This record gives sequence, C-alpha cells and structure tokens, in this order.
Amino acid sequence: MMPEALRTSLQARVAAAVTPREAAVDVMKELQAHYGWLTDEAVGEAARLLGLSELQVEELATFYEMIYRRPVGKKVIHVCDSISCWCACCEEIMRHLKERLGVEPGGTSADGMFTLLPCCCMGMCGDSPAMSVNGTPYGKLTPELVDEILARERALAS
Amino acid sequence: MELPLFKHNRPDRPVTFAQYRQEGGFKALEKAISGMSPTEVQQAVIDSGLRGRGGAGFPTGRKWSFVPRDLPGPRWLICNCDEMEPGTYKDRVLLEHNPYSLIEGMTLACYALGVRHAFIFIRKGYEKAAANLGRGIAEAKEAGLLGERIAGSDVSIDIDLHLSAGRYICGEETALINALEGKRPNPRSKPPFPAVKGLWDGPTVVNNVETLANIPAIVAHGPGWFKSLALNPEGAGSKLFCVSGAVTNRACFELPIGTTLGAIIDGPCGGMREGKKFKACIPGGASTQFLTAEHLNVPMDFDTVAKVGSRLGSGGVIVFEEGRCLVAATLNLIDFFARESCGWCTPCREGLPFVKEILARIEAGGGEERDLGILREHVKYLSYSFCALAPGAMAPLEGLLTHFEDEVREHISKRRCPFKGQ
Ligand SMILES: Cc1cc2nc3c(=O)[nH]c(=O)nc-3n(C[C@H](O)[C@H](O)[C@H](O)COP(=O)(O)O)c2cc1C
Ligand code: SF4
Ligand code: FES
Repeated sequence: MMPEALRTSLQARVAAAVTPREAAVDVMKELQAHYGWLTDEAVGEAARLLGLSELQVEELATFYEMIYRRPVGKKVIHVCDSISCWCACCEEIMRHLKERLGVEPGGTSADGMFTLLPCCCMGMCGDSPAMSVNGTPYGKLTPELVDEILARERALAS
Repeated sequence: MELPLFKHNRPDRPVTFAQYRQEGGFKALEKAISGMSPTEVQQAVIDSGLRGRGGAGFPTGRKWSFVPRDLPGPRWLICNCDEMEPGTYKDRVLLEHNPYSLIEGMTLACYALGVRHAFIFIRKGYEKAAANLGRGIAEAKEAGLLGERIAGSDVSIDIDLHLSAGRYICGEETALINALEGKRPNPRSKPPFPAVKGLWDGPTVVNNVETLANIPAIVAHGPGWFKSLALNPEGAGSKLFCVSGAVTNRACFELPIGTTLGAIIDGPCGGMREGKKFKACIPGGASTQFLTAEHLNVPMDFDTVAKVGSRLGSGGVIVFEEGRCLVAATLNLIDFFARESCGWCTPCREGLPFVKEILARIEAGGGEERDLGILREHVKYLSYSFCALAPGAMAPLEGLLTHFEDEVREHISKRRCPFKGQ
C-alpha cells in the first residue's frame, strides 16, 4: 500500500498537469522510488491515479530505460557503453564491475545491494568512461575509483 | 568578439541571478516587451541566420513563421533538452553553468510566437540542470520577468519542466510530443508538422536548448552582430562543440561557427592525447558521417560540413586516433541505435539488428565479400524508415564504407581485425 502522504502529493501532481497523463512519468518515477521498482501493485496505483488502464501504464513503463519492471537491488548501477565511453575503455569498467559484484549485466549482487545494467550515453562523454549509481553520476572511472565508489555507496546505504 | 553563450560562466559554480542581471541579463526581454512587436522579434531571429542547434540545422525564424496565428486554442513552445545523442553533452554544460539564457530566450520565443505556456523536456540524468532551471524560473518569476504580466505589461508566460525517464527517441520532436502528453513515445507521422498540429493538437514549436539560449543576444545586439560572430559568410553565431575521444582536453567549448575542425582539435582541445595521431572523427554526434584527416581544414558550419558529406549535427565531436578500429567503432554505434529503435517500423526494428550482426561478424573475422553489398543496400533502404533515427544510424556506416572501405576489406581478407594483437 502506498502511504497516504505519497498519494496526496501524487494527486496534487496529477491535478496540476494540463491533462492527467502528462504526469505519468513523474508518477511512475515517484512510485518506483517508494517501492524500489515499479511493482504490479504500483502499476495499478499509477493507473488509478492517472485515469488510465493498467495496460496503458505498462506500455509506458516498458518503454523507458530508467523505469524498472523487475525487482532490482538497493542501488542500480548503470554503465554507459555508448561511443565516447567505448573509446575510453568502458568495457574494462564493465568487466571489473562484473567481477566485483559476481554478476552478469542484468543481475543483482548476492547481498541484494547492487543491480548492474548497461545504459546509453549519459551526457558525460567528456568525462568518460562514466556510470551512475542510483542516479548519482560518476566520470573518469578507473577500476580503483570504481572500488572506492562501491565502498562509499555501500556505506551510505547502511 | 565576446561570444554570447558562455560569457556569464563562472569556473566552478553556476552564475547567480543577480550576476546575470548585472551583466545585462533580461535586458533583451525588457527591450522586446517594451519596444518591439512579436513580429519584430521573429524578424530579428530570421535576419540573424540562426539555425537549429538540435541536429538538423533548420533555420529557426523560418520554423517559427510556419505557426498559424489564426487558429483557436493555445499554441505551445517546447524546449528539447533530451540530449541522448552519444557524444553530445553541450546542453548539460550550458545549463549547469547558466539556466538564465535559456529561460530568457524561451520567454522571448513565447512572446514572438504568442505562446502562453512552454515546457522544457529534460532527460533523465540531467537532474542538476533541471534543478538550476527550476531555481532560475522561480527567480525570474519573483523578479516579475516571467509569469503573470511580465515587466508590468499585459504579457503572461509560464515555463514548466517535464522530466523524462530515459530513451533516445524522445529527442525526436514528434516522439517528444507524445512523451510529454504521457503517451508511448513513438514518433508521429509528418505532415501535419508540429508547427500546425503538435502538442495536444495545437501549433507547436520544438527547439533545442542551445538554439533558444541564443535568442537574448540576437535581440539585445541585433541580427547583424550575431551573424558577424561567425568566421565565414555561410555561418552565423557561435556553436558549442563538445569534444570526446582521443584529445588532450575533452570539454565543451563555445567557438565561432566556421572554426575549422583542425583548429578545434589543436586549439582548445590541446591536440591529440599522448602523441597519438588523428585518424577520423564524428563531427556532430553519433548520427553523422566520419570525417578524416583530409577534412581537418573544413570550416565547421552547417553548409560546408554538409558539402563534404557529413553534418554539423549537435556539435558532439568524437575523435578517433590512428590504430583505432573503425569497424568496431561503427559496430558500437549501430548497437546503440539498434537498442534505441522504438520498434514502431520494420526497416529500423529489423534492419538495425541485422546490420549489427553483419558488422560483428566482420569484426570477428567471419566477414565475406558480399557483406559489403548487403551493408550498402541497408544504407539505402533504411532511409525509408518512419523517422530519422534509422537514417541517422546509417550515417556512420555510410561514412565507414566511403572513407574506410579498405579497412573493412582488410578485416574480410585477413579474417580478423587488423588492429587486434595477433
Ligand atoms: C532520433 C532523434 C533524436 C533526437 N534527439 C534530439 C535531442 O536530444 N535534442 C534536440 O534538440 N534535438 C533532437 N533531435 C532533433 C529534433 O527532432 C528537432 O529537430 C530539434 O529539437 C529541433 O530543434 P532546433 O530546430 O532548435 O534544432 C532528434 C532527432 C531524432 C530523429
Ligand atoms: S525509424 Fe526506428 S525509431 Fe523511428 S519510428 Fe521506425 S522503429 Fe521507431
Ligand atoms: S558516451 Fe558515455 S556518457 Fe556519452
């Protein structure tokens, strides 16, 4: 169940929109922030808030890179694999993360802390290779820096 | 001459509202609202020669002139800050330093177009830019320069932020309109063009961040001044070039339009990294054709770059060094486009994965002579796709086949990538 305060704030967002649907992405993102991912329950709640069918919410949810329709770890790591990061050896960064977390892209580390995913250009091409952890961008990555970031993000989570 | 876009920038923090005001900010808006008609503002933009900085380079004033003024119902302006074209990060850098030029430029554009309510469509990952804009909009409102009855006139304009959730196709203007409406962001068919029937079926102008951020300087200093910023008569204004790849300083620079490719690399970029040699570059984001060492003295303006077979595009310059495999680079680019295809039309949805498979096979040493013909056919036939994503994807491939056919052939004849250790 979504908390009453969240419901009220989402209702206000929907009411402020030119048409309710305009708020769809905001609503999905807020619900995802609450549940950790966009659960079936959240899809239903979004549909009711927006006056859409669940299928209509589903067709939006599955379109966007940063909406997760499957369970993810506490934090999601996105590693950019587009051209500028590729030039800066992002493959090495991905390899290092796979090894450290013991997962393939798409997987979640055994302790449930990190989900590892590739992503498209983050607009950090000048600071490539780049990744983000729960939305926080990190650039000019090296394997050593990645280890530091993992440790820091782990500490922040506990 | 002082260039307009980065002139308010501070080295390590965003310019404040007070500083922007002090340096002449919002003077153009006050000038327009108190002494220029909307038509005069539009005429200034037409005369300035400003062309869209989002990739296609369409003349901005001309685009505005397509908007019918006599239809009932609201008109809309949307600022495109989706910026997901690989190699492109100029709009982020601009907004992280200074949100006010965009806010002032949008307000001027709304005034010229008779728009009451505008949106800025912002990609996921640009939360810092969005926060700057949110703050800037509040400050402008507080100062009476946005919102109800601007600067004491009877003109009222609002700007809202719309935050997206990440998908390259949302940058295509009709897909963007669907996204903003909360629909699945597949593109719409054109015509009708958004200028006539766009957001909620009303006349709509979609412009890039950098395009709109140029408007205050055009209105303040006049179209002639803006034109004269360019180094060659074909161009007008300055351009943000965001450079990545094998150069020493990978950053975003504001330079006069018409600066040569070589001057960008040897000038602000500090030359190639670690004594590497220039092999090729992609001049304007992932969907533009390779330029080679032959092109280092090409002035970077829309027409001249088009004349040599590529596009100025977004100004995202990606530099490749000697020894870098361009088959592999093209494979990476096609992989991006195949993943980002919205799936709406068959040539793109099915064609891009197929092209990717062929390139992957060539790179792995399993290529055959006939693959070249198949690739060329795809370059041709993918131009029949529903939107510009698939033709854009074919641009680097076409460049590869034009300038580096020998390199592709070498992969095929040697049955391996010649750049990988044996
Ligand atoms: C697949 C695709 C992605 C695009 N992405 C962007 C983008 O991120 N930002 C942008 O300004 N224009 C983008 N464009 C171009 C827009 O459709 C549109 O031409 C542009 O926003 C118009 O603004 P301008 O006239 O100021 O350049 C994209 C086009 C295509 C086909
Ligand atoms: S060309 Fe690609 S992105 Fe454009 S409509 Fe067709 S499938 Fe979608
Ligand atoms: S290519 Fe990785 S951030 Fe742009």
